Amino acid sequence: METAPKPGKDVPPKKDKLQTKRKKPRRYWEEETVPTTAGASPGPPRNKKNRELRPQRPKNAHILKKSRISKKPQVPKKPREWKNPESQSGLSGAQDPFPGPAPVPVEVVQKFCRIDKSRKLPHSKAKTRSRLEVAEAEEEETSIKAARSELLLAEEPGFLEGEDGEDTAKICQADIVEAVDIASAAKHFDLNLRQFGPYRLNYSRTGRHLAFGGRRGHVAALDWVTKKLMCEINVMEAVRDIRFLHSEALLAVAQNRWLHIYDNQGIELHCIRRCDRVTRLEFLPFHFLLATASETGFLTYLDVSVGKIVAALNARAGRLDVMSQNPYNAVIHLGHSNGTVSLWSPAMKEPLAKILCHRGGVRAVAVDSTGTYMATSGLDHQLKIFDLRGTYQPLSTRTLPHGAGHLAFSQRGLLVAGMGDVVNIWAGQGKASPPSLEQPYLTHRLSGPVHGLQFCPFEDVLGVGHTGGITSMLVPGASEPNFDGLESNPYRSRKQRQEWEVKALLEKVPAELICLDPRALAEVDVISLEQGKKEQIERLGYDPQAKAPFQPKPKQKGRSSTASLVKRKRKVMDEEHRDKVRQSLQQQHHKEAKAKPTGARPSALDRFVR
Amino acid sequence: MTANRLAESLLALSQQEELADLPKDYLLSESEDEGDNDGERKHQKLLEAISSLDGKNRRKLAERSEASLKVSEFNVSSEGSGEKLVLADLLEPVKTSSSLATVKKQLSRVKSKKTVELPLNKEEIERIHREVAFNKTAQVLSKWDPVVLKNRQAEQLVFPLEKEEPAIAPIEHVLSGWKARTPLEQEIFNLLHKNKQPVTDPLLTPVEKASLRAMSLEEAKMRRAELQRARALQSYYEAKARREKKIKSKKYHKVVKKGKAKKALKEFEQLRKVNPAAALEELEKIEKARMMERMSLKHQNSGKWAKSKAIMAKYDLEARQAMQEQLSKNKELTQKLQVASESEEEEGGTEDVEELLVPDVVNEVQMNADGPNPWMLRSCTSDTKEAATQEDPEQLPELEAHGVSESEGEERPMAEEEILLREFEERRSLRKRSELSQDAEPAGSQETIDSGSQEVLSELRVLSQKLKENHQSRKQKASSEGTIPQVQREEPAPEEEEPLLLQRPERVQTLEELEELGKEDCFQNKELPRPLLEGQQSERTPNNRPDAPKEKKEKEQLINLQNFLTTQSPSVRSLAVPTIIEELEDEEERNHRQMIKEAFAGDDVIRDFLKEKREAVEASKPKDVDLTLPGWGEWGGVGLKPSAKKRRRFLIKAPEGPPRKDKNLPNVIISEKRNIHAAAHQVQVLPYPFTHHRQFERTIQTPIGSTWNTQRAFQKLTTPKVVTKPGHIIKPIKAEDVGYQSSSRSDLPVIQRNPKRITTRHNKEEKL
Repeated sequence: METAPKPGKDVPPKKDKLQTKRKKPRRYWEEETVPTTAGASPGPPRNKKNRELRPQRPKNAHILKKSRISKKPQVPKKPREWKNPESQSGLSGAQDPFPGPAPVPVEVVQKFCRIDKSRKLPHSKAKTRSRLEVAEAEEEETSIKAARSELLLAEEPGFLEGEDGEDTAKICQADIVEAVDIASAAKHFDLNLRQFGPYRLNYSRTGRHLAFGGRRGHVAALDWVTKKLMCEINVMEAVRDIRFLHSEALLAVAQNRWLHIYDNQGIELHCIRRCDRVTRLEFLPFHFLLATASETGFLTYLDVSVGKIVAALNARAGRLDVMSQNPYNAVIHLGHSNGTVSLWSPAMKEPLAKILCHRGGVRAVAVDSTGTYMATSGLDHQLKIFDLRGTYQPLSTRTLPHGAGHLAFSQRGLLVAGMGDVVNIWAGQGKASPPSLEQPYLTHRLSGPVHGLQFCPFEDVLGVGHTGGITSMLVPGASEPNFDGLESNPYRSRKQRQEWEVKALLEKVPAELICLDPRALAEVDVISLEQGKKEQIERLGYDPQAKAPFQPKPKQKGRSSTASLVKRKRKVMDEEHRDKVRQSLQQQHHKEAKAKPTGARPSALDRFVR
Repeated sequence: MTANRLAESLLALSQQEELADLPKDYLLSESEDEGDNDGERKHQKLLEAISSLDGKNRRKLAERSEASLKVSEFNVSSEGSGEKLVLADLLEPVKTSSSLATVKKQLSRVKSKKTVELPLNKEEIERIHREVAFNKTAQVLSKWDPVVLKNRQAEQLVFPLEKEEPAIAPIEHVLSGWKARTPLEQEIFNLLHKNKQPVTDPLLTPVEKASLRAMSLEEAKMRRAELQRARALQSYYEAKARREKKIKSKKYHKVVKKGKAKKALKEFEQLRKVNPAAALEELEKIEKARMMERMSLKHQNSGKWAKSKAIMAKYDLEARQAMQEQLSKNKELTQKLQVASESEEEEGGTEDVEELLVPDVVNEVQMNADGPNPWMLRSCTSDTKEAATQEDPEQLPELEAHGVSESEGEERPMAEEEILLREFEERRSLRKRSELSQDAEPAGSQETIDSGSQEVLSELRVLSQKLKENHQSRKQKASSEGTIPQVQREEPAPEEEEPLLLQRPERVQTLEELEELGKEDCFQNKELPRPLLEGQQSERTPNNRPDAPKEKKEKEQLINLQNFLTTQSPSVRSLAVPTIIEELEDEEERNHRQMIKEAFAGDDVIRDFLKEKREAVEASKPKDVDLTLPGWGEWGGVGLKPSAKKRRRFLIKAPEGPPRKDKNLPNVIISEKRNIHAAAHQVQVLPYPFTHHRQFERTIQTPIGSTWNTQRAFQKLTTPKVVTKPGHIIKPIKAEDVGYQSSSRSDLPVIQRNPKRITTRHNKEEKL
C-alpha cells in the first residue's frame, strides 16, 4: 500500500543534498538551519505506533536552495558625496559577505506574475513599447516584492504520514487526538443531538463560528473553539439550510416556507418572502450576495447589503437542491436531475455553461478554492473531478459503492465525500493539484447518515452534520495555515470586525461583474471598440487611423520626373496588392485542406457525383 | 491680306513673263548674257514668292547684294557691317581728336557703374529675419529636449524643483569630529590606543592588516605564476599546431592520419579490456559514423574529384588505386560492426535458432535509439510489424520451453525484455511529459490537446484491439503454465506496445472523425461499449499494468461522449464501507449496478443533452437573410415556391461567426451570449499611444490594489504623478536646475523678442 507522496515527506533528503553541495563556502546560516530542522518536530510526542504528525515547521530552510533570481541587479543608487576609496567598506572594514539584494526564488516570483508573455503582440511604436516596458518592469518589481513577503507566511500546513507504506486511512480519530497537542485535541468533538434530526452546518468565513440547523427546527450558533454558545432557538419549522452572512453576526436560515435572517442573539431580523421554499443557500462574500436555490426551480440572488433581489433566474430544470459556489469567480454551480451541472451568473438569464456530468441525476457538487476543479457525484454512484479551466473534462473518475451524497473541498484541495454514515477524504499532491481518488487519505464513521459537510477555514477541522448531531473531526493539512489578518481574522475583536465590515462594503464587487473568467474584465471590450471606430469613420468621412498612402520621396539628378514618381507609386501599390492576393490564396488553401477528408481516396467515379 | 497681295503679284508676274516670252526669241540673239541673267533673277524671285507662300518666313528682308543707288532716306541699313552701333561711335568724328577723350572717359565710367538693385520689400525682409530667428531659437531650445522628455517619462515629478543635498554622511566622518570628553570615554580610548587599535578607519590592527596583505600577496603571486605558465603553454601549443598545419606535404598528413587511426584503435582495444562500457560507447560512435556514411555520398565515387579520377582511371594506375581506396573506405565505413559482447558469444551456439527468429531490426532499433530519427524508425516498423506477426505464434512455445528449462535460456530473453522495457519506459515518460504539458495549459490552446490526443488516441485504439487478442493469448498461457514468472507475463504488453507506438504516423486520425464515430455509436448501439469495457475490467489484472488502460480511458473521455459517461473505474476499496452496503457481496454489487442501469435505461440523458446542444448551436448561428419575393417574375400562389435559382440569388448569407468555444467539447454547452453588464465596465476606447487592444491589455493586467500587492508595492504603484509641496512657490524651470550653465547666448532670442522686460531687469539690477 503506497500512500500518496506528501509534500513534506521529501524535505529532509533535499536538505542533505543541499549541504553536500555547498560544502565549500561556509555560510553563517548553516549552523542555524540544522537545529531548526532537527528541532522542528519536538511538538507532538510520537506514539508507540511511530506515526508522524508534524503540525507546523518553519519554512526558512527551503528558500535557500533557490538561486538568486537572474534579473538585472537592483543596485541601490546611493549618492556618494564623500569619495573616499578607503572608507568604502564601512567603519568596521568588514566586507559584506552577501552584496546586493537578497535572492528571491524564481518559482515564487513566477507565481505572482500575471502578464501572459506567451501571447505575441502586434508591432508597436517606440512610445508604446516604452509604456509596455514600464508595465513589465512594474510587474516584475511588484511580484518580486510579493515573493519576498512570502517569508512572512511562517506557518506550514501539517499532514499525516503513514510509516513505510502504512495506510493513513486506517488511522482513526482517536489516534490523531492522542498524538496532537491539547489545544488541537480539543477541536475534535461530537455534539449528540439526536432529537432534532439531520443537521446542516456552516462555518463563518473566519472559521471561528459554527452555525447548525436541524431539520426539526433546531438552530444554534456558537463559537466552536471556545464552545461558547451564541444563540439557540427552535424555529418550529423545518430547516433546510443555514448559512452565515458576511460576518458571524447575521445568519440566514432556509426554512420550510421562507427565508429568514437572524442575528447572533437569535432574534429574527428579516423574513424574506420573495425567496420561498428555499432548499440551498450560498453566500458570495465579496459581492454580498446570498444565492438561494428553491424548490420552484428559481435561483435568486439577494444583495444583503441593500436588501434587494438582484436577479431571479429560472433554471428550467425542476427542483433545485444541489448548489455550490466557485470561490474563484463567484459563479454558482447547480446540479440537475438530468445529469448536468449548470453555471450561473446574476448578469445572465441563461446558464454560462452546462456540463453533462453523469448518467443519472447529480447528487452533489463542490468546487475547490482555486476554481480549477469541480467534484461531482451522481446517482450513477460515480465521483468525478472535472477541470474547470476551459475544457470541462473529467480528470479522474471513481465508482463508489454507495455514491456520495455530499461533497466539500478544503482550502488546500482535500476532497471529502459523505456516503451514508461514512466520510472519505482524499488528498492530492500539494495545493493546486486535484485530489487523487486512488486511496482515501482519511475515513471516519459517524453515528448516523451524513447531511452536511464543511471544512473549517484556517483550522484542520472538518465539520460533519448528521442525524446524530454534529461531529468535528481533525483532518491534518486540510486548511490554509496562514490567514490574512486584515481579511479574515479569527481572533478579531468586535471593533475590528466593524471596521472590516465597512471596508468590505466599500470594496463590494458589483453583481454584474460575475463571469466565468474574472480576468476578462481587464481586457478591452473589442466589440464596442470596433463599433466606436466604425462610427468615427462614418462621422468624419475618413479613417483617421488609416495607413497613409505611399508618397514617393523626391529624388535628385532628374529622377524625380512625374512619370518616375507615378511608376514608383504603382510599384508599391502592386506589391501590396500581390500581398493581399497571396494571403487570401493561403486562406483558401487552409480552408480546402481542412475541408478535404483525409481518409478516403478520391475515386474515379467521383466526377459523376452531383 | 498678304497672301492675297502675293497672289496678285504672282499673277502679275506670270503675265509679265508671258509678255516677256514673246520678245524673248529675238532678245536672245541680242545679248545672251543679259537675257540669261534677267531670266535667272526672275526665276529666283518667283521661287521666293512661292516659298514665302507657305507662311513661315514670309517677310524676308530684301537682300541687297550690291550697292544700290536707291538708298532709302528713312531707314539705315546696317547690313554690311554686321556690328551694332556703339554710342561712342557716334561721337567719333572721322578724325580722332583729343578733346573728346575726357568725354569718352566719362561715358565709359558711367557705363561701367552697375545699377543698384531694388531693395526687397518689407514683408520679405521680415520673413527672412523671422526664419533666421526661428532657427537660432530652435537650436537654443533643443537643448531642453532631453529634459522635457525625461520629465514626461518620469514616474513622479516633485515641485518646486530643488536639489536638496542628501545629508547622509558616512559614520566615520561624523565620528571624526567627535572627541572623547568624559573620563570613561577617555579611558576607553586610551586602552584602544595602547593596543594600537584604529579608532576611525577600518577597524583592523596594523598586524592584522599586514597579515592580510601578506597573504593576499602570496596568493596573488602564485596565481600569477600559474596563469603565466598556462598562457605560455597555450601559446606553444598554438604555435606548434600552426606550424604543422602549414606543412603542405600530403604524404606527411597521410602518415599523421594513419598514425592517429592506429593509436585510436589501440586505445580502443585497451579500453575494451579495461572498461567495456566506455568501449561500447566508442562503438556507438563508430556506428553513428557508419550511419552518417550511409546517408551521405561522400565516398561513393560521386564527387567531383572522384568523377575526374574515374575518367583518368582507364589510363592511370594511380587514379585507379585512389578510386579503389575510396570505395574500400566506403565499404569499411558502411560495414556493420558485430556487437560481440562476451555473453552473447558464449550463448551464440545455443541461441542460433532464436537468433534467426528475432530479426535484426530489434537490435538496430536499440542501437539507433540514441537519436530520435523518425525516418529510420519508420523504416523499421514495417519490418517489426511483420516480425511481430511471426513472433507471436513462435513466442508461445518458446516461453513454454523456458518454463520447462529455465536454467539455460533465462538470460537472453531477459536481456531482450530489458531492452524492450527500457524503450517502453522511455515512450511512457515521453507521453507523460506531453500529458503534463497538456495539463498545464488545457485552457490555453486546443491545438496542443488535439495533437497530443491524436497521438495517444491512435495508439490506444489499436491497443484496445490488440488487448482482446492479448487476453486470449494470456489466458492460454495461464492455462498452460501457471508458474511463469511475473516478468515474463508482462512481456507481451511492451512488445506489442512498441510497434503500436511506432505506427503512429500512419494511424493518425482526426478528432472529427473520431467524434463522428462516437456519435454513430451513440445513436446506433448505445449499450455496446459498456459491456465491452466491463469485460475488460473483469479480465484485467489490477496490479500488472495500471498506466496504459487508465491513460486510454482518459483520452477516450476527451473524445467520446458515450464512453465519457460509461467509463468504469475500479470501485473504491474503502476501509470503512457504509453500514448499509457492507453486507453487499460482489455479485450483489453487480446486481445493484445492473439495477441502476435498468433504471436509467429510460431517460437517455446523452441524447437529450446532444439535442439541447444542437439547438443552442443553431440558435447562436447568424441567420441568413432571404430576400426572395414570391411571384416576381414567375407564377405565385399557394403551393408554389420560388425557384431554387431565384432563392439562391436573393439569399444573403450571414458571415460565419467565430468558432464556438465548445466546438470540441461534446459534453459542454458554453453560452456565447455577451455579458453586456460586465462589458459596460470594460475599457471601450484605446488610450493614446496604443494602437492595438492587446498592447493596452498588457499594461493593465497587473492589479494595483492593496489586496493583491504588498504595502510597499501598492504605494509605489499608486504614487501621484505630480507632487507639490504646500506653501512653496513653484518657479519655472531654469537651466541651473537641470545642470546646464546659463549663457548669454541662450537668452539672446528672448532679449530680442521683448526688449522691454530686459530693460526693466537691467534697471532692477542697477537699483540693487
